[in-house]
Amino acid sequence: MNENKNLYGVTALFDSANEIIHAAKEVEKAGYKNFDVNTPYPVHGMDRAMGLKRSTVGFFTLFFGFSGTAFILLFAYWTMSVNYPMVIGGKPFFALPSFIPVTFETTVLLGGIATVVGILAVFFNLPSNNHPLHDTDYMCSVSNDKYGIVIEAEDPKFNENEVTELLKRLGAKKIHTVMNPGKESFPIFEGRFVVFLILVVLVVCGGTYFTLNKVLYLEPFDWMLEQDKLIPQEKSTIFTDNKGMRTTIEGTVARGYLPYPFKGQTIPTETLANPLLPTKKVLEFGKGKFLTFCSPCHGNYADGDSRLHGQFPNPPTLHSARAREFGDGMIYHIIVNGQNTMPSYETQTTSEERWAIINYIRALQRAKNAKPTDLQEVQKELGVNVK
Amino acid sequence: MLNKESGYVKKELPGNIAKIGTVFFAVGLILGTAGYFIEPVRASFSYLVAFMFLVSVGIGSLFLVALEYLAGADWSTPFRRVSEFLSSSIPLLIIFALPLIFNMNSLFHWTHTEAVAEDAVLQGKAPYLNSSFFIIRVVVIFGLWSLFYYLLSKNSRGQDSTGDQRLTKRNIVLSGIFIPLFAITATVTSVDWLMSLEPHWFSTIFGVYFFSGSVWASLAALTLIVVLLKEKGYLSQRINNDHYYSLGTLMFAFTCFWGYIAFSQYMLIWYADLPEESFWFLQRWTGGWEYFSIVLILAHFIIPFGALLSYPAKTNPRRLKFISVWILCTHYLDLYWLTMPNLNVSGFVFSWLDFVFPIGILGLIILIFNINAKKYNLIPVGDPKLQRGLDFTLH
Repeated sequence: MNENKNLYGVTALFDSANEIIHAAKEVEKAGYKNFDVNTPYPVHGMDRAMGLKRSTVGFFTLFFGFSGTAFILLFAYWTMSVNYPMVIGGKPFFALPSFIPVTFETTVLLGGIATVVGILAVFFNLPSNNHPLHDTDYMCSVSNDKYGIVIEAEDPKFNENEVTELLKRLGAKKIHTVMNPGKESFPIFEGRFVVFLILVVLVVCGGTYFTLNKVLYLEPFDWMLEQDKLIPQEKSTIFTDNKGMRTTIEGTVARGYLPYPFKGQTIPTETLANPLLPTKKVLEFGKGKFLTFCSPCHGNYADGDSRLHGQFPNPPTLHSARAREFGDGMIYHIIVNGQNTMPSYETQTTSEERWAIINYIRALQRAKNAKPTDLQEVQKELGVNVK
Repeated sequence: MLNKESGYVKKELPGNIAKIGTVFFAVGLILGTAGYFIEPVRASFSYLVAFMFLVSVGIGSLFLVALEYLAGADWSTPFRRVSEFLSSSIPLLIIFALPLIFNMNSLFHWTHTEAVAEDAVLQGKAPYLNSSFFIIRVVVIFGLWSLFYYLLSKNSRGQDSTGDQRLTKRNIVLSGIFIPLFAITATVTSVDWLMSLEPHWFSTIFGVYFFSGSVWASLAALTLIVVLLKEKGYLSQRINNDHYYSLGTLMFAFTCFWGYIAFSQYMLIWYADLPEESFWFLQRWTGGWEYFSIVLILAHFIIPFGALLSYPAKTNPRRLKFISVWILCTHYLDLYWLTMPNLNVSGFVFSWLDFVFPIGILGLIILIFNINAKKYNLIPVGDPKLQRGLDFTLH
């Protein structure tokens, strides 16, 4: 074991590939374990000369490759069959053949990335990617035209003099000792490097944005939007008055529409009669329409307790004596014509809907002023004791 | 010459190889002929499968030889002769095609003029799919292959005595001409002999599909023979794990390549779901053919993929031999799957004839190989790349 704690190892340079293979063989034979060879290009036969075992990186790749396969198949299954099932091209939800290309890609991608990241993490000892051999004359030579070997001081057999002797005997041209750096440093956290990374990110993002949105920008195909058609609320050149929305032709009535004869009168001289009977179906229908159009101001039970919370003046309750004495035709008149602050609901509702709403209002009014006989009717109908 | 360095001493293959080959071939010939008189149509189809196996291993091997020259590869030089010997069936193809050409009527629907007359699709294809043009194509293509086989192997063998380096250069040029020609001729051959069995069907990737299986089987035949010969000491003993590993890697690569191509063909047809294309796969999914299709996916892709994935599998001689035999059998199954559903459209029908012809073809390949091995060196001793090929190491 070596006594100088700061010594990293002894390096030696050779001139040819044959010499370095010979040297590696001899060093391995001499019993050294912690040594490495650096050559400008991969020298065939080096693994065997150094007595290296096969790398286990392949298992990394295998594991992560299959993880990719499993992940993407489950993901495709979940998205396409569970979370958002969609029929595409008349195929089943889990259409395996169409998932195979992306499965293949993900397998290769994850396997590849895991391999590279694994190698980087293991070999560089991240986050410290510093190495005592960095920026030495030795490293400059072996990345140019020399073949180098380094025997590390960590080796249990290491002895500086013996190692130097051995390397000399093998015909090394230059022998150096390499020291460990004084203190551990993290070059990847250095300001310059971080700024460089940020610059790379900015340039790549900006370049991508500029290329895709400016240089290579193509108008989307909007042929279906740009056809000759009338668009509500928009100008149109089809008609001479340039109006997209048309008014009815004078003297005609739209299908299924009956004009209300007493429109505009505050107190109508005559009113219509309710054509609908208060059947269960009509009441259900009227309830739906009442809740949609009337309840925002009048409240769900027509008490005049609106959900508007003072943004709009509350209407009076419909359970007052006055309202209960209104005829059906009068309420119809108010819906069509509006009253005080209540606007006309003529365009929102059809006449059938209005009559149904009126029937429902009648049901509400009766429920609020129920007589004991009504309760008996309900009990008879439901077969339960209602209090 | 270089015999000393390569450690190669020419030895005759054992005599019983010739016997085995002769017996197999005779069995195939006699039973096949008998079968033809019992069931002429079935025998024609069965023989077509075996014939296509002979074609695919022959031209696949010639492709490997040409590829070695063109790519300047040296690792495969020590056993290039094996591929050359395997491709020496090419000049005989025209003879073995004769029984099929005489039975075109039972094989190819498009030869029936009365059927073509009432079929608009076949009428449109008639300028290509007609008997005379078919025979012209067969003669021209088999002739071209024979020519290139003759030139490439003559140059290679001439080097054994002269060691002339110019012959290598000449073969490189020849290979450069052969490989594009091979791409076209192999496609045409696969379309003519296999795809036109169902003349209404078409697939533009079919030639590549045939090519992938062909080279796959040729590599398996090469690997099997190299491992056997090396173990028995007929090849240089310096052929090592790295050579085996490279052969295994190529087989693995072509396993994936076949899977890629077969899936591409299937997926596009499945996705478009056009009746004029998809019926071909539907035929292979009814009446028992679906089991063949499933077995093909497993045996042609998934099992070899797993079996060839690891390093030991690619270097262990026993495993290599096993997987090579597996690949050869599966390639035969692949050709069977391409051919037979066109005869038994409604479902699989068993026939003893399907086992007769492969035995005959196997005997033929053994016989041809043995004759070549008797006449020529098993190692190209005069090849300038041989030394580098023997020194080959991977890491």
